[in-house]
Amino acid sequence: MSDKRGFWVWINERLPVSGFLKASMTEYYAPKNFNFWYFFGSLALLVLVMQIFSGIFLLVHYYSSADQAFDSVQGIMFDVKWGWLVRYIHTTGATMFFLVIYLHISRAYLYGSYRKPRELLWIFGWIIYILLMAEAYLGYVMPFGNMSYWGGEVITAIIGAIPGIGDWLVSIVRGGPAFGGATLTRFMAWHVAFIPLLLIVIVVLHLVALHTVGSNNPDGIEISKKLNADGRPLDGIPFHPYYTVKDIYGVGVFLTLFAIVVLYAPTLHGLIIESDNYIPANYLQTPPDVTPAWYLSPYYAILRSIPEKGLGIAMLGLSIILPFFLPWLDRCPAKSVRYRPVYFVMLILLAISLLVLGWIGLQPANPALLPYARVALAVYFGFFILLPIISKFEPVRPVPERVRS
Amino acid sequence: MSAKQDKDEKDSESETLDRKELSKRRFLTAATAAVGTAGIGVVAVPFVKSLEPDAAASAASVVTVDISGIPPGGHITTSWQQKPLIIVRRTPEMLATLNQVTAMLKDPDNKVPQQPSYAQNIYRSRKPEWLVMMQVCTHLCCSPAYDPEKGSVTPTWLGGFFCACHGSRYDLSGRVMHGSPAPTNMVVPDYTFIDGEKSVQITGLEKKSKLC
Repeated sequence: MSDKRGFWVWINERLPVSGFLKASMTEYYAPKNFNFWYFFGSLALLVLVMQIFSGIFLLVHYYSSADQAFDSVQGIMFDVKWGWLVRYIHTTGATMFFLVIYLHISRAYLYGSYRKPRELLWIFGWIIYILLMAEAYLGYVMPFGNMSYWGGEVITAIIGAIPGIGDWLVSIVRGGPAFGGATLTRFMAWHVAFIPLLLIVIVVLHLVALHTVGSNNPDGIEISKKLNADGRPLDGIPFHPYYTVKDIYGVGVFLTLFAIVVLYAPTLHGLIIESDNYIPANYLQTPPDVTPAWYLSPYYAILRSIPEKGLGIAMLGLSIILPFFLPWLDRCPAKSVRYRPVYFVMLILLAISLLVLGWIGLQPANPALLPYARVALAVYFGFFILLPIISKFEPVRPVPERVRS
Repeated sequence: MSAKQDKDEKDSESETLDRKELSKRRFLTAATAAVGTAGIGVVAVPFVKSLEPDAAASAASVVTVDISGIPPGGHITTSWQQKPLIIVRRTPEMLATLNQVTAMLKDPDNKVPQQPSYAQNIYRSRKPEWLVMMQVCTHLCCSPAYDPEKGSVTPTWLGGFFCACHGSRYDLSGRVMHGSPAPTNMVVPDYTFIDGEKSVQITGLEKKSKLC
């Protein structure tokens, strides 16, 4: 017993373990009124760890050459013991990552978590989302099926539309006149090393920023404004044990759902793995219906809805960049949707526009759907354009002094 | 008292020293930063250059395709530099559609140099019958499907190319139609007929043409 304590002291004299645990867990106060929407930050962290872990095991058996990539993935599925499970965990993890991130982002929209003083927290988060899209896209190319190939071709071609340096950039990204073996090897370097390292750095910054400003909450008011005699927030509770226990419950439910998908519906009827990707890459034959993974389909619908190349790509880029400015576009004195009935309606419209775009993006190219895509696109951009005006004049319900429990 | 005065004197003395030291140190900091930045810039060049296509990947190639076996109305798809290339032997009926679609086209007269000068005609070819074309959509590099059947894409479709990726439509000469995201007509490469029209030799792309 005394030996154990002595060892603990020895460690802490050399590494501030207990100080860190105190500052970030046992004496880190989070608002006491967290609800369902507050599960997804910790779940996102869990999926990140799962993806890195399962990815390392896939890397053992994967070959990143144009001739061998497809067969090595089939080898993982059929010859490597339990290889199918590792791969399905990785592919399901990609989809779950976006599901969790989208819910996490929705929470920020609902309760105004992007508002002052959490602007940097929000910006780091949005960078993580963009890196995640890049990581998912690069990973999608790895099996080198026919969808991998043509998806890869199309996305790299988008880079070529950048004025001036576009052609040079595409040659850097593809490593040859066309998308091919040289592209695959560099995509692997980026998918396995570059983007994950960047992701980890930005995730750490995201967490440090969070612990600097503290969590927002469903009422959108700062708990740090009402302190007790000891200087602790009256409406805060220690992260550990209260929210660690809550998060572990969330992890249990999440992993159950995760396991059901992995074991019973690993391709999720084409949503996670498309049937065209069970055909090896064929540079002469574009698949009949080229549609992206569901989590990128709204952007794809935006691209398709505009019959002009440069403008379509510009709108795609703008739709990804606009949310960066959200902290400064919203000028309402109240943060949370609970006290903002007009903002609530705007959020519903925004969600509908994204769902409509997402659905259209998954359909085959069809001119009959174009008008719907354009209306949804107008609503999406309308949200960001009108927010500064509406948020200044919108009616606000009285915001309480203390959080409601 | 005297001790305090002494201290004040020392302070002012060290202050002037500090100011001198400070400007010297600021200069050194700035110089180090400048040299460091220049160094990073110089080292970045070989790293970025290493990502460019290597010599083997960018080697140009000449491809010869045997076309003696293609019947009227038939076609073959082959490749040039790992990109799809289609050769169609068009029938007189198919050629007749080329004049009916003019109003639907973005660039019916091929003003954008997406073809060699000898192919700047409605057939976009050396000989009306033969279409030799890169089957690459100018929007984002997908390979549009060849749909010669009337009514196969839209009810008024007269035959042409339809890109499943983003819905671009082209006529039987690869000229892009209005309402397509693709900006220009598909590229016709440089080619010659050899062996008395038994073969086609593809030699490269026109400098100004842009595949996608």
